[in-house]
Amino acid sequence: MKSSSLIKKGAEASLYLTQWQERKVVIKKRLPKKYRPRRLDEQIRTYRTIHEPQLIHAAKQAGVPTPLIYLVNVKEATIIMEFIEGKQVKELLNTQSEEDRRRTCTRIGESIGRLHKSGLVHGDLTTSNMILDPEERIVFVDFGLGEKTNELEAKAVDLHLMKRALQSTHYRVAQECFDAVKDGYSSVLGSEEAKEVLGKIEEIERRGRYVAERQT
Amino acid sequence: MRKSRIDTNQGHCLGIESTADDFSVGISTFQGGILANVRDTYVPQEGGIHPREAARHHADAAGRVLEESFAESKVKPKDLTTIAFSQGPGLGPCLRTGATVARVLASYLNVPLVGVNHCVAHIEIGKLTTGAEDPITLYVSGGNTIVAALDAGRYRVFGETLDVALGNCLDVFAREAGLRQKPDLPLGAAIEKLAAKGDRLIPLPYCVKGMDISLSGLLTATVNLLKQSKYRLEDLCFSLQEITFSMVTEVTERALAHTEKKEVLLTGGVAANKRLQSMIRTIAEEHDARFCVVPGEFAVDNGAMIAWTGVLAYKCNVTTPVEKSFVKLRWRLEKVEVPWAR
Repeated sequence: MKSSSLIKKGAEASLYLTQWQERKVVIKKRLPKKYRPRRLDEQIRTYRTIHEPQLIHAAKQAGVPTPLIYLVNVKEATIIMEFIEGKQVKELLNTQSEEDRRRTCTRIGESIGRLHKSGLVHGDLTTSNMILDPEERIVFVDFGLGEKTNELEAKAVDLHLMKRALQSTHYRVAQECFDAVKDGYSSVLGSEEAKEVLGKIEEIERRGRYVAERQT
Repeated sequence: MRKSRIDTNQGHCLGIESTADDFSVGISTFQGGILANVRDTYVPQEGGIHPREAARHHADAAGRVLEESFAESKVKPKDLTTIAFSQGPGLGPCLRTGATVARVLASYLNVPLVGVNHCVAHIEIGKLTTGAEDPITLYVSGGNTIVAALDAGRYRVFGETLDVALGNCLDVFAREAGLRQKPDLPLGAAIEKLAAKGDRLIPLPYCVKGMDISLSGLLTATVNLLKQSKYRLEDLCFSLQEITFSMVTEVTERALAHTEKKEVLLTGGVAANKRLQSMIRTIAEEHDARFCVVPGEFAVDNGAMIAWTGVLAYKCNVTTPVEKSFVKLRWRLEKVEVPWAR
């Protein structure tokens, strides 16, 4: 293996960029976390290392672009996968025109709809986990917190996280962006099922503490 | 007529805190000198906080606590420039009691009133006492579990609990285990003591969703295990702490990696827990950020934090006319503009 460079030190894993078998690849390594008990730490890292590639694969089958997985090393909690060139949606949204922004968010909504339709939730839908590649595909990455489930609750929490991510990182345009996400989502899932999920989001938000809407 | 320009160096603010089980009065100078911080805690006979009973306690305690705070600070009522009170979020009857005392004082002394957001106050007192300037804050208490950071004039919520607050989770478990709250020993401290004697990690559901966490399922699971009496209480407390603290630490680290702030501030009642402190210190060091923890006296609900936040608001001309001083039970942190924070 040639020399690798650290491209991102995330909270959960470090990402290294390197050449492998003449391909540009990302090595995702889940490093031990000193703050938590060793057994818990090993359980969490092993679980996520096994499940992430499975979910990435399932997402591809559902029609959502994701990186190719080349190698999984459970013992080292390491995944080698395709490097996706392009721009994070996080940066994109701040520079796009209102119309382009709307289109991007509608497409994101469609992809989330495809995942949910196939019984997958991403678990960490933020705009830094989506990349617009040179072929104009919106590639979803980082499925470490995802799960296979058909539960309404899980789907609603998934979308709720997307909304929250928009509100904390793109607060000026959060509403229009999330409206577009909802449109795309409904177009894939069908208005009836989408309505059920969106209704559940409101219920989840009401559960949270100090939500103004709960006032009578 | 009152002078229209505010003298930012001279003055005193009296702050009243009454969101939950504490009635507390603090007095702060305009430079952030805390001259008094007096607290009287309502201890329920059994069960959790009964809002009406707590409010009755606050009404009883108000005069005594006020008197003591004047004595401690050697500040006379006529020296007060402004009165601040905790306007929300919190329990209605408790908030209203504090607000009433504040309105009476402000009208009698003819000084402006400042309605303060309780969550903002926890962050501001943390910044004042630790010297943190622009931290990622983990605010954990009986009523709140929030990861927040300043962005564009407000404290934005990056992550929070989807259901039960961390302190509440520990309290409920403690009561289920038959532990009793004492005036100077909160239930959380009782759990911490027991947990220190535990060493066996019992599997419990670990539930992180993006930057949010969920604790209700874990609480139910722990209470169920308790009822089966298969495990030592010490080990259950140990596991409950290890797993819930790992969850909040993980989301704090995510927010830290995401925002790349250079300070991590731990504030709120649960901030007093040494084990939680050590976990947050570890991630701060890993990301080259300075670890800041609010001192114990200012970790729990206290009047000083309201007084100091009142000073900050008053200096920015943010005051609350009496007719708009109704309490806000569900006043979210990110709804508040904080023009004083840079």
